[in-house]
Amino acid sequence: MSSLAAADSNATREPAKVIQPAWVRTMHWINAIAMIMMIMSGWQIYNASPLFNFQFPKSITLGGWLAGALLWHFAAMWILMVNGLAYVITGFATGRFRKKLFPITPGGIVSDLKAALTFRLAHDDLSTYNYVQKLLYAGIIVVGVVVVLSGLSIWKPVQLQYLTALFGGYDAARYVHFICMSLICLFLIVHISLAILVPKSLRAMIIGR
Amino acid sequence: MASKRSFLIPGVDKRLLIKDALKVMPDLTRRRFISGGASLGALTLLTGCNVLDSEAAEGLLRKVSKFNDAVQAWMFNPDALAPTFPESAITKPFPFNGYYDVDDAPEVDGETWKLEVRGLVDNKKSWTLDELYQLPQVKQVTRHICVEGWSAIGSWTGTPLRDFLKLIGADTRANYVWFQCADKDGYNSPLDMASALHPQTQMTFKFGDEILPRDYGYPMKIRVPTKLGFKNPKYVISMEVTNDYKGGYWEDQGYNSFSGS
Repeated sequence: MSSLAAADSNATREPAKVIQPAWVRTMHWINAIAMIMMIMSGWQIYNASPLFNFQFPKSITLGGWLAGALLWHFAAMWILMVNGLAYVITGFATGRFRKKLFPITPGGIVSDLKAALTFRLAHDDLSTYNYVQKLLYAGIIVVGVVVVLSGLSIWKPVQLQYLTALFGGYDAARYVHFICMSLICLFLIVHISLAILVPKSLRAMIIGR
Repeated sequence: MASKRSFLIPGVDKRLLIKDALKVMPDLTRRRFISGGASLGALTLLTGCNVLDSEAAEGLLRKVSKFNDAVQAWMFNPDALAPTFPESAITKPFPFNGYYDVDDAPEVDGETWKLEVRGLVDNKKSWTLDELYQLPQVKQVTRHICVEGWSAIGSWTGTPLRDFLKLIGADTRANYVWFQCADKDGYNSPLDMASALHPQTQMTFKFGDEILPRDYGYPMKIRVPTKLGFKNPKYVISMEVTNDYKGGYWEDQGYNSFSGS
């Protein structure tokens, strides 16, 4: 805590801008750990009754077998849900979502996507997101909400049966849950690749600047 | 090189050795439910500390599972009915499921079988199958959801458990109804009283309007559509109304005890 406070007081003295405030950094890394635990234990749970014609290699799963994986999944879910809820509330309350993520215009996405694919998209100002980033970051929050809601409908198809019905029933909710996991994994591939390509963005998520 | 790989001890086939070793120690390995250190390796690397390969992690996970029991008991609405389906939605064939093959399923003689009643009840008399068949029965077409994730819709007919508990003068303020089964490994499972008193919780004698076949738990199954499949014991031989948590076949191995749907 004291090092965080020191970093903040430095920020007020020096002109260097805080790109990622402490609450974003804290919640980001808590989410990262919880999400990895959820995904790895989720793969083990999937293996008990696969939806498709494949299973995840045991070496990349968590829990050892179904019961262990379920214990991990239903423990990490609390971290994921509490942290995620706090993040969404703080994101709206502080106006960060509005400032950083909106508006998202189709024209902006098309031109920035073209620039990104030809490696001509600038990353000079990390405090401003381009339209591809806006779309991905807003999109992954929506996916995060859907993965939690579809997970709740699989966990409680009787007590939360109206939620389960919203996803088209128990069996359909399992597919929705799986698709959301896949989208999160795809996002992670892009997200981590770009953090490696633009290391100062990773630094900002660790020390804030 | 190849011979080195396949023979750990000269002359002994490694695969056969492992097979034999597993036969000797199935229970011990199962009870350490977060076994498989290799699969935890990746996360250990990421977090930089070895928190996962410890008894402490296992203890913590068990505590969270107990907390999840309490959360689910709090979420449980005694009036919320499990969704019901038309007969046309019944899964055919309805899957057989157990920790043994269908050929090893218990074969219970209905002529001599008696349901034993124990614990906090006024009338501890045992019940023959004919006596139980005299009780009023209701049919339900509900979804069976397995802890593994798959589900199937079936048709179960029998006596609501709460009617039977009333009939035998059970103390419905007790914590659990604990069921024991005829399986070779002595399957058993505790059912919390709130779920036992749920209107759809049933002593099942028929599947698909026919006498419950051996595959699905002859002579009696406890159908609990508000619980995962493993909380629906088959081949039931006794029930005990008790305040004590007596554990269960799968519960003891790490499955969440409440496991409500």
